[in-house]
Amino acid sequence: MASILIQNGTVLDPSQKLERKADVLLRDGKVAAIGTNLGQADRVIDASGCYVTPGLIDVHVHFREPGDEEEETIASGSASAVAGGFTTVCCMPNTKPPLDNEAQVEFVCRESQRVGLANVYPVGAITKGREGKELAEIGSMHRRGAVAFSDDGVGVNDAAVMRKALQYAKMFDTVLMQHCEEHSLSGGSMHAGLASTTLGLAGIPAEAEQLMIARDLLLNRTIGCRYHVQHISTAWSVELIRQAKRDGQKWVTAEVAPHHLLLTDEHCATYDTNYKMNPPLRTGADVKACIEGVKDGTIDILATDHAPHLSEEKELEFPFAPFGIIGLEPALPLYVKALVEPGHISWMRLIEMMTSRAAAIVKLADKGTLRDGADADVTIIDPNREWTLDIEQFASKSRNCPYQGWTLKGRATHTIVGGDLKWQISH
Amino acid sequence: MSTEAPAVWTRKHLLGLHELSADEIRFILDTADSFKEVSTRSVKKVPALRGRVVVNAFWEDSTRTRTSFQLAAQRLSADTIDFSEKTSSVSKGETLIDTARNIEAMGIDVIVIRHPAAGAAQLLSRTVNCSIVNAGDGAHEHPTQGLLDLYTIRERFGRIEGLKVAIVGDIANSRVARSNLFALTKLGAEVILVGPPTLLPRSFEQLGARVTHDFDSVIGELDVVNMLRVQFERIKTSQFPTVREFTSMYGLTWDRFQRCKRDVFVMHPGPMNRGIEIQSDIADGSQSGILQQVTNGLAVRMAVLYLVTQATSGSDGQR
Repeated sequence: MASILIQNGTVLDPSQKLERKADVLLRDGKVAAIGTNLGQADRVIDASGCYVTPGLIDVHVHFREPGDEEEETIASGSASAVAGGFTTVCCMPNTKPPLDNEAQVEFVCRESQRVGLANVYPVGAITKGREGKELAEIGSMHRRGAVAFSDDGVGVNDAAVMRKALQYAKMFDTVLMQHCEEHSLSGGSMHAGLASTTLGLAGIPAEAEQLMIARDLLLNRTIGCRYHVQHISTAWSVELIRQAKRDGQKWVTAEVAPHHLLLTDEHCATYDTNYKMNPPLRTGADVKACIEGVKDGTIDILATDHAPHLSEEKELEFPFAPFGIIGLEPALPLYVKALVEPGHISWMRLIEMMTSRAAAIVKLADKGTLRDGADADVTIIDPNREWTLDIEQFASKSRNCPYQGWTLKGRATHTIVGGDLKWQISH
Repeated sequence: MSTEAPAVWTRKHLLGLHELSADEIRFILDTADSFKEVSTRSVKKVPALRGRVVVNAFWEDSTRTRTSFQLAAQRLSADTIDFSEKTSSVSKGETLIDTARNIEAMGIDVIVIRHPAAGAAQLLSRTVNCSIVNAGDGAHEHPTQGLLDLYTIRERFGRIEGLKVAIVGDIANSRVARSNLFALTKLGAEVILVGPPTLLPRSFEQLGARVTHDFDSVIGELDVVNMLRVQFERIKTSQFPTVREFTSMYGLTWDRFQRCKRDVFVMHPGPMNRGIEIQSDIADGSQSGILQQVTNGLAVRMAVLYLVTQATSGSDGQR
């Protein structure tokens, strides 16, 4: 296998609390050394002015395969991932059919290998058919490589089923990722508040999310299964997680998406369906609370909820259009804009949330770190690179992204997966 | 009648009253004034829109709004086409945008759209080149209803500023309530929204309204009472327990009417549920403006069709 030497960059590895100018040598798909005068390599990459970080990880993407391959495939989604600097992604099981058995899980693993761009790990469904009634074969899927379980798209609404899931999944020390939305309160197409009142659109109240988080925390308090709140979006949700952590519930984690750190429900004012996602864009106070949650560590990681949809699906009346926004390619600079530029967190902390912390949640021991012998997944980031976002340049098959034309700062320039350079920016 | 619209009106579409200025609203009402006279002539027609085509595209049942727009267009000498579709794009193969583009391809000037989805008129205004007039989009806006209500109030009182106007009933799901609220507050009226909390979220206060759940507490101070239609389909989702209880708390009963100001003006956008939100003899009585609303609707819609088409010819200069 080939070797790569990354020279002159600033190594930023939160797993080793490392931030210093050094070269990185990758050999045989593993990290071989960090230091100076590391000798010869088959390929040398000059990373002057750049950060050299563990490969970025996104535990929440939708690659639509099988079933909706016109929106995205594992191939196009992987291409989008590496173009955004992500080396590892976890894809949600709401495909058609859903990833609720071994064969489906196996399919994602194999297709990911065949494509050979990013590491794509499947997230298995918690319940059969994601119907919330009977447990899916969590044990078998876990054995086959499902790194987490979720019915994402919907929450597990039945408390008895959720209790069983928590008890059962605990046995495997795997993580249940919940899409928190109490079904009887959902049905709207945006956040319930002043903007929805003005626009005459049915709202999804903040309580729909909070209620399920509160319920799950109670159910799980004596069980202690690893439990992860997906795409957190409201102020009180953050507070619930904060209290649980204060209470010593170490098994609780949470993620937040870029749009819930940057956009509010007021963006729906023109009925532009690119601003329609679930959980919906909330108020400015909620955005502030999510940022606060990132700052004080209540929110553990960042995840995009990359959810591709065709423009013909999105070009419908607002209530009829599907929920979703793509996120892999603009994610890094959006986090920078929301969190680093205003001084809320450091680059070190940002990379920690996107690498080692994420790897810990889905238990990928050799990822999210640059220590010796770890998988040679590396992202090189130019923090000063300014660019104007053009959705037509995306590798994703879909274009449902409201950031068109935004000027952003910071971008991945090289994405190395398993010791192979899978993507580099065209200058 | 002047043949060109003055600078105050430059809009090609009428999508809602929220985005209009007080001057623009007044300008439409003044324009409607000059059109109202047309309906009193023996030959009830003016050539303002001769050679123009107006399409009524209705994705929802409607009797009076549709008829009113049709007659308004005809009195302006426009050709009119009726297009109705019971189902929206969710259940049908063709999307709203495709349908509208197809209609437009026949060479038409105005699409009057009624649609169950909030924002449908905005969506069309972004995708077609002709003028769009919103005739009701979901629970969002029904701007010509709002304008005709304002017109009727102004006709009755000679002003709008300083009046206390109550809108009563299912506010949350009402596009009529929203259009009235936006326009009335811009023109200086005080708007009091009345209904149970399940049908009247507090966020309406931030839109400039006074909100109360107790009709009786405000009944004596009102200049105008606008009673919304009880939507029976809402009972199924238990937004209120029974029609009987709703009527007892929010109906304009004879007892409540007696406690109103002597010159109170009673309005209803129709269609009425007699004996439920409004007692029959009040609806038919001398304080009621319900039929004037319908009459004025015609003049207001003539004004709107006239103005949006003038703006079209002003902006692209090709017609």
